[in-house]
Amino acid sequence: MPTLSRWFIKTGLVYFVASLLLSLLQKMGAAGEIWSGLSAFTPLFYHWLMLGWITQIIIGVSWWMFPRRDREQPRGSERMGWVIYGALNGGLLLRALSEPFVVRGTDPLLSGLALLAALAQWLAGALYVAQIWPRVKLK
Amino acid sequence: MPKLSVYFIRAALLYLLAGFTLGALLLTQKGLPFAVEIWLLRPLHIEVVIFGWILQLVMGVAFWMMPRFAEAPFRGDERPAWLAFICLNLGIWLNLISFLIYDAALLGLAGRALEVLAIVLFARHLWPRIKPFADKLAAKGRE
Ligand code: HEM
Ligand code: HEM
Repeated sequence: MPTLSRWFIKTGLVYFVASLLLSLLQKMGAAGEIWSGLSAFTPLFYHWLMLGWITQIIIGVSWWMFPRRDREQPRGSERMGWVIYGALNGGLLLRALSEPFVVRGTDPLLSGLALLAALAQWLAGALYVAQIWPRVKLK
Repeated sequence: MPKLSVYFIRAALLYLLAGFTLGALLLTQKGLPFAVEIWLLRPLHIEVVIFGWILQLVMGVAFWMMPRFAEAPFRGDERPAWLAFICLNLGIWLNLISFLIYDAALLGLAGRALEVLAIVLFARHLWPRIKPFADKLAAKGRE
C-alpha cells in the first residue's frame, strides 16, 4: 500500500476513534449534567465521522486501488496528494478549534478560524476531485 | 472499472464538489454570519453529501469490486443496478427541490421512495455476488 494511502487510512482510523470518544464525552456531559455546551460539539462529531473517517479512508483507498492514470504518473501527483491530506486534516483541526465555540461571529479570531476551516475543507474536496477524476475510467 | 461504476463514481465526485461547497457556505455563515437564508441550504447539504457522495460512491465501488461469476455475464444481471443509478439520482433531485419549495411533503415522499427503490434494486443485483471469489476463469471477465 502506498505511503500516502497509509497516512490517509491511519489518520481516518484515528478520527473514527476520536469521533466516538467525543460522542461519549458528550453523553457523559449530558448524563452528569456537567456542561450543557457539549451539544455544540454535535456537528463536529458528525464531520469527524463522515469527513475525518469515511471520506478520508475513501480518499486513501481510491488513491491506492483506482485504475492507473498513465505510465509516468500511475497515481497522479503525489505532492498534490499530500496537499489534499494537509488541507483536509488542517481544515478539520481548525474546525475543531472554532466551530463549537462561535457565537454569531462575535469573536473575530473564531470567525477567522472558521472561515479558514471552510476554505481548507473545500479545497481538499475540490483538489481531490480534480486529482482522482482521470482515474475514474474503463479499464 | 465497468461503465456503470464510472457513472456512479463520477456522479459521486460531482456531488462531493456540490456538497462541500454547500458545507463551506454553511460554515462561513456559522463563523461570520452574512446572510441568514444560507441556513435554508442545510438539508440540501446533508442530502447531497450522504446520498449523492458517500452512498453513491459505495455503490459504484461495490458494483466494480464484488466477486464476479465464472461465466458471462460476469456481473450477473446488470439491469437492476442501472435502474438503481437512475432512481437514486432522480430521488436525490426530487428531495433537493422539495427542500426549497413550500408544501412539498408529497415531493419529498416521492424522492425518498425513489431512493428506497434504488437501494432495493441495487441489493437485488448485488445479493448473488456476495459469495467466494470465482476461480481463474472469472479473471477473463476482469475489467
Ligand atoms: C445499522 C446501522 C445504522 C443504524 C441503526 C443507524 C441509526 C441512526 C439513528 C437512529 C440516527 C438518528 C436519527 C435522528 O436523529 O432522528 C442516525 C443518524 C445518522 N446516521 Fe445512522 N445508523 C446506521 C448506520 C449509519 C451509517 C453506515 C452511516 C454513514 C455511512 C450513518 C450516518 C448517519 C448520519 C450522518 C446521521 C445524522 C443525520 C442527521 O443528523 O440528520 N448511519 N442513524
Ligand atoms: C462527507 C462529507 C460531509 C458529510 C457526510 C456531512 C454531513 C453533515 C451532517 C449530518 C450535518 C448535520 C449535523 C448536525 O445535525 O449536527 C451537517 C451539517 C453541516 N455541515 Fe456537513 N458534511 C460533510 C461535509 C462538510 C464540509 C466539507 C463542510 C464545510 C466545509 C461542512 C459544513 C457543515 C456545516 C457548517 C453544517 C451545519 C452545522 C450546524 O447546524 O451548526 N460539511 N453536515
